[in-house]
Amino acid sequence: MKPAPFDYYAPESLADAIALLAKFDDEGVEAKILAGGQSLMPMLSLRVARPEVLVDLRKLAELHYIRDEGDTIAIGSMTSKRAAEESALIRERQPLFHDATMNIGHLPIRAHGTVGGSFAHADPAAEYPAAAIALDMQMKAVGPDGARVIGARDFFVTYLTTDLAATEVLTEVRMPVLAPGTGWSFREISRRKGDFALAGAAVLLSLAGGRISDSRVVVFAVNATAVRLPAAEQVLRGQAPGEALFREAGLAGAAEIEEPIADVHASADFRRHLVSVVVARGLAEAQSRARG
Amino acid sequence: MAQLHRVRLTVNGREYEREVEPRMTLVDFLRHELGLTGTHVGCEHGVCGACTIIKNGQAVRACLMLAVQADGAELRTVEGLAGADGLHPVQQAFIEKHGLQCGFCTPGFLMSTVELLEGTTSPGEEQIREAIGGNICRCTGYQSILESVELAAQKMRAGQGS
Repeated sequence: MKPAPFDYYAPESLADAIALLAKFDDEGVEAKILAGGQSLMPMLSLRVARPEVLVDLRKLAELHYIRDEGDTIAIGSMTSKRAAEESALIRERQPLFHDATMNIGHLPIRAHGTVGGSFAHADPAAEYPAAAIALDMQMKAVGPDGARVIGARDFFVTYLTTDLAATEVLTEVRMPVLAPGTGWSFREISRRKGDFALAGAAVLLSLAGGRISDSRVVVFAVNATAVRLPAAEQVLRGQAPGEALFREAGLAGAAEIEEPIADVHASADFRRHLVSVVVARGLAEAQSRARG
Repeated sequence: MAQLHRVRLTVNGREYEREVEPRMTLVDFLRHELGLTGTHVGCEHGVCGACTIIKNGQAVRACLMLAVQADGAELRTVEGLAGADGLHPVQQAFIEKHGLQCGFCTPGFLMSTVELLEGTTSPGEEQIREAIGGNICRCTGYQSILESVELAAQKMRAGQGS
């Protein structure tokens, strides 16, 4: 399997990259951004993607950073996932994002794959979009008309599709640090560790006076994008935490999913079942980490 | 044919320069342009790990990267493991513990293991599994590979002590 021919550019600055994308867009040339390539390269090799031009962002050192902004952590889009997984700041202050990272592929994939690449690729089975929706993350994009910030709910549109324009570059993702006392969990079910998830859940849980005061339940790999499950959150609200409650919430969440993905790996019914299981397990894990 | 691009990089300490099409993957570059056929090509879409090499100190998949992306990089491949005084301890350990049968996946396993053990010579079993989890072997059933990595760690610890 070899990629079809394409032209290749590796601009030296973000401004040059955007100018190139704008030029190709004007000319009607299909250009694709190359970040780490861990999703794009298989698509090129399988010839699922056949862009005429690749614009490689590897020289943009300005997009490599993990920044402590107090209540917010900002990650430059070309930062590798391995750098994110090795960041003590992320592990200590936003462990849900750390755990999401640890579930992505395998170490060599994380070494070359970028944080921004996962967001821009928007695979339904990807971990970061679920973390983004659970954490209300914000994505910063820069295009010919300047910068804008897009919330997670608006960013992920459908399968492999985001709100980014063809002339925009995702430059940064921003997340709040975990509020003290909040329990978290990020887990997925796959046939083998590192395989694409059959179903996964990102969960946040807050307790007050022994009862659940707030929760966030997001699942992925079951619909075109990661989805929040308000019915599951409704079951939890104001209740005393416990296994039976978590099972009930998992079932309520599974029931509200419209048309789960069905493919050779898992039928729609099986995926719905897996959602109920992974949500219940995630809630139990989040409870074990919550204080209050 | 698309325009050619110049790629300059270092493999196992030796510098190379070639002009290639942008669509050439790094593993094909190593094998076809440089004649370094120790790195194997398995699935060619990032699933099997046979093509794992070390790029700038980190294990990566050479099939999931274009040669042009590696311009300026420092690479290490299986050809660089054995020295004048014999096999690398990781290679020796794989022989002693039967960490290979057909050998197709072995270069990838070796490079993943080398990166792990250069970081720590006392990895826990979970750490070993994490490091080689991206490599598929269809012969051994993995148990002997885990034992090989553990023996390699011992050998490298002993080497550090002497």
